[in-house]
Amino acid sequence: MNALNAIEAKYLRDDLPAFRAGDTVRVSVRIKEGSKERVQAFEGVCLRRHNAGSRSTFTVRKISSNIGVERIFPVHSPSIEKVEVVREGRVRQARIYYLRERRGKAARIRARNLFR
Amino acid sequence: MQGVLGQKLGMTVVFREDRQIPVTAVKVDGNVVVGKRTEARDGYNALILGVGEQRVSRLSRPVVGQFRAAGLVDERDGQELVKRHVREFRVTAEQLEAYTVGQAVKITDLFKVGEKADVTSTSKGRGFSGVMKRHNFAGFKASHGVHEYFRHGGSIGSNTTPARVMKNKKMPGQHGNRRSTIQNVEIIEILADEGIVLLKGGVPGARGGLVQVRHAVKIRR
Repeated sequence: MNALNAIEAKYLRDDLPAFRAGDTVRVSVRIKEGSKERVQAFEGVCLRRHNAGSRSTFTVRKISSNIGVERIFPVHSPSIEKVEVVREGRVRQARIYYLRERRGKAARIRARNLFR
Repeated sequence: MQGVLGQKLGMTVVFREDRQIPVTAVKVDGNVVVGKRTEARDGYNALILGVGEQRVSRLSRPVVGQFRAAGLVDERDGQELVKRHVREFRVTAEQLEAYTVGQAVKITDLFKVGEKADVTSTSKGRGFSGVMKRHNFAGFKASHGVHEYFRHGGSIGSNTTPARVMKNKKMPGQHGNRRSTIQNVEIIEILADEGIVLLKGGVPGARGGLVQVRHAVKIRR
């Protein structure tokens, strides 16, 4: 697998901030519409991070017009312009899928590192 | 239809114009011409390529003799080494002329990024498999009175006419562990220094297996 790591190395990007499951993030995604290219933001709670070299992804969930929407982003994709951490949340699971069954007040996440 | 031998390293993902492209990395380093087949002597033209290394002590004398005659026995730590894998590649008379025995064959001499290759390898063996795994039959229902007939193939033909089973009837049997070729595989990237080529999509066989990367036969060059 070491040989693969070397191949992947040049595709990895290290410019994204550190964030983990439970954090609220705003992901700026480059979108091509015909010949035009624009940046669209997707803001929501990070449900999980999947670490697998250049295939790493993270899942973001938000409630859009009362419908839960989840998007899976490849961490190292060049189409991700930037990721901002809006809020750090304290959760006890690495994968907070339980959020899918919760709505409104029940879906709140306690803040982490309040006094940093 | 020149080609090189390589070892499958595994799969990963690279990015091209905002797109993820699944690739298989194949190490195609250390290919050496170990012999030739000529029209005059053998009835066809082919280059014999060797790759990897193998201790002479593990091989029979006739095999080692072939390498000695070609002057291709290396030595390291008191061990005599020869090429582990040897395969023939059919070539034209002109291509045969262009190479001498002992010459290294590099992937960069044969392929450019974006060109198509045919990739041959031995697929993963699945043993003696039933028709569901081997031929994607649907099997039977798990309920509704089906009685001990869940993964069977059903009828294998008619009765009096033709009174035999048709040839090539799909039935259980050995699945995998046979030579398999994928045609028109795009070359995504060539890492010349490491001797690694990235091929778009999958390649038959397990990691570490021997892979032949040849010029695509169905592409006019």
